[in-house]
Amino acid sequence: MTADTSEAPVAALPPPAAAVSCVGLARRFGRRWAFSRVDLEVPAGQRLLVMGANGSGKTTLLKVISTLLAPSLGQLRVCGIDPAEDPAAARRRLHLLSHSLGLYEDLSGEDNLRVFGRLLGKDDLDVDPVLRQVGLERRPDPIRAYSAGMRKRLQLAALLVKGPELTLLDEPFAALDPLGCAAVEGLIAALPGAVIVASHQVVRASRLCERAILMDQGAVRWMGPAEQAVEAWRALHGGDDLQGGG
Amino acid sequence: MARTPGGPADVLRQIPMILAKDLLIEWRARSRAFALACFALTLLLLFSFAVGADAATLRAHAGAYLWMSVLLSSTLLLAQSLQHEVEGGALDTLTLAPVSPAALFYGKALANAAQLVLLTAVALPPVIALFDAPVKEPLGLLVLVSVLGCAGVAAPGTLYAALTARLASKQLLLPLLLFPLIVPCLLASVKATSLLMSGDPMGQVGSWLGLLLAFDVLYWSLCGLLFGRVIAA
Amino acid sequence: MGSEGAAADRLLSWDRVSLVIGLLLLIVGHYQGLFVAPAEAMMGDVGRILYVHVPTAWACMLVYTACFVFAGLALWSGKGKWDAAMEASAEVGVLYNALLLIQGSLWARPTWGVFWTWDPRLTTSAIVLVLFVGVLVLRRVITEPERRLNLGSIAAVLAYAGVPIVYFSVKWWRTLHQPFSSPATVSDSFITPLRLAAFGMIFLGIGLIGLRWRALRREVERELSAPALPAALPTLELGQRGPGGAA
Repeated sequence: MTADTSEAPVAALPPPAAAVSCVGLARRFGRRWAFSRVDLEVPAGQRLLVMGANGSGKTTLLKVISTLLAPSLGQLRVCGIDPAEDPAAARRRLHLLSHSLGLYEDLSGEDNLRVFGRLLGKDDLDVDPVLRQVGLERRPDPIRAYSAGMRKRLQLAALLVKGPELTLLDEPFAALDPLGCAAVEGLIAALPGAVIVASHQVVRASRLCERAILMDQGAVRWMGPAEQAVEAWRALHGGDDLQGGG
Repeated sequence: MARTPGGPADVLRQIPMILAKDLLIEWRARSRAFALACFALTLLLLFSFAVGADAATLRAHAGAYLWMSVLLSSTLLLAQSLQHEVEGGALDTLTLAPVSPAALFYGKALANAAQLVLLTAVALPPVIALFDAPVKEPLGLLVLVSVLGCAGVAAPGTLYAALTARLASKQLLLPLLLFPLIVPCLLASVKATSLLMSGDPMGQVGSWLGLLLAFDVLYWSLCGLLFGRVIAA
Repeated sequence: MGSEGAAADRLLSWDRVSLVIGLLLLIVGHYQGLFVAPAEAMMGDVGRILYVHVPTAWACMLVYTACFVFAGLALWSGKGKWDAAMEASAEVGVLYNALLLIQGSLWARPTWGVFWTWDPRLTTSAIVLVLFVGVLVLRRVITEPERRLNLGSIAAVLAYAGVPIVYFSVKWWRTLHQPFSSPATVSDSFITPLRLAAFGMIFLGIGLIGLRWRALRREVERELSAPALPAALPTLELGQRGPGGAA
């Protein structure tokens, strides 16, 4: 899914290009820096956990990497592409699952996937296998009526339809019950390509990743193997009040 | 699946997709469209009560009532069309698909124009019946006026709906910004419609159609250029 | 920035000079208009409001044009100084425009017996007033500075682009209108006070824009400018195993 050799020559990039590489990346809103001085290199296929308390800059960092927000400072390359030069090419290779649904409340799950597929150039998308993969079935009602767990599954189905080289997940476990968390964890574990997970459910999310960074007040305070993520979180925030255990 | 990145061909390919998507959403939520049509008809009744039961006056201003009811309903429709994109963050998904801002604008503006034309068509028979104002000139000309007039509302309307979609007082700001801007479009639509209803011996409809066309060309091109800046902001 | 700031606080700044020139021209022009020029043939002394009204209209149009140019520059460059200039000129434009409508009503009452006529120029100026009031309201509502610059300037560009078409539509709608007053159709004794007052209004407008621009610019530029990056926080050390290479 990651490298389609039949693509246009524009897309033929040297294979070792990192999924994300940023140097001195920073973003501000008005007079406030959301994050700054972020140097990060995520090799293709690697899974990175971004830890941090609320307001530490995780969400903004993910939005900047996803090209939805332009960086205020620094250089960013996504899959070897500078998004400032060719945003379309960069966007084609990545997908972001954010707090918000990113889908249409008035359409059914099937409609949503079909509409999205068509925009991606997949006109005759077979939605049934995709829905089955995320544990949903065809339902005629609009997703306005869906539970939080079903919404998350549908978001993941849209992600599978796109099949990007780089997946950005912002708090994928938020608002889910333990069963939902376990199911979503399984789906994320099976994702191909590079994955960046922002979460404060450190224990659960660190199991999914190889490497982790810890953000605090807009700065990267620690970077290391995911096995030490819990230790790093405790070193900064102390105590045993870790969220998302089990 | 080879695609050229973000070129004009991509934009042209995406416009009908966005158009179809918007119309599908409105079709799936058609009870809302029905409520909007009822609102437009209520406005027609209100105009009659406000003006009084003088048949000659009502007939003389039938075109004005038709367009005022479409115009006042249009802000609800326009705001709703951007609400879909903003409320669940679907706009972000579209941006990352990636859909070009120009395709998004023209697709949405076409969908809004189509719905407004439909609304005009729904409101026209009651206007003819309520105000005893049959159409004396060819109906095809009235369809043309309706298409050009609704297009004139839809282009700046879609842009201003996007501009105000994330602001706290959007319900107030959208009509405040939009209505004065589309005065020429309203004037021309009302004048042309009234002439078509009462008869046009002097052949004046042509110049009003010309004005509508000039208005449409100006704002369909200008708004298409500026839309990218609006959604990026 | 430092030397500019110092120049701004000097007594003889260009906006104050312009303001004084404008006021002087207005005084001389209106003295001539009221006491030197002969009374207007049709309207008598009432016609003398011409010396106030017509210059206001010209200056108002110029101020809006400046606003359009500043909005374009702000959109193109993203610079706070143009954003502030856009807002300053929109404010002065709205002020002149409101004056214009009041003068128009004062003129209309004795001339046509009503406070308001649907004269194309008067009607257009009323619509344009609402358009630019909308732009100013929009700017007040948006709190984020970059967004305010972009959206405010876009609204100003759209509003200005609509002015000619608004004018033509209203003109066709109501063909009743006065012949245009321009120096070519007015006799010599009227020209001098008219020109003096017109330049007076223009210099006054430049002065007012300058004053507002100076007041707004510092705040707008401060809001748009990047604050210093926060100090780098120390990298966290974990037990005996060394951490990765964080920034």
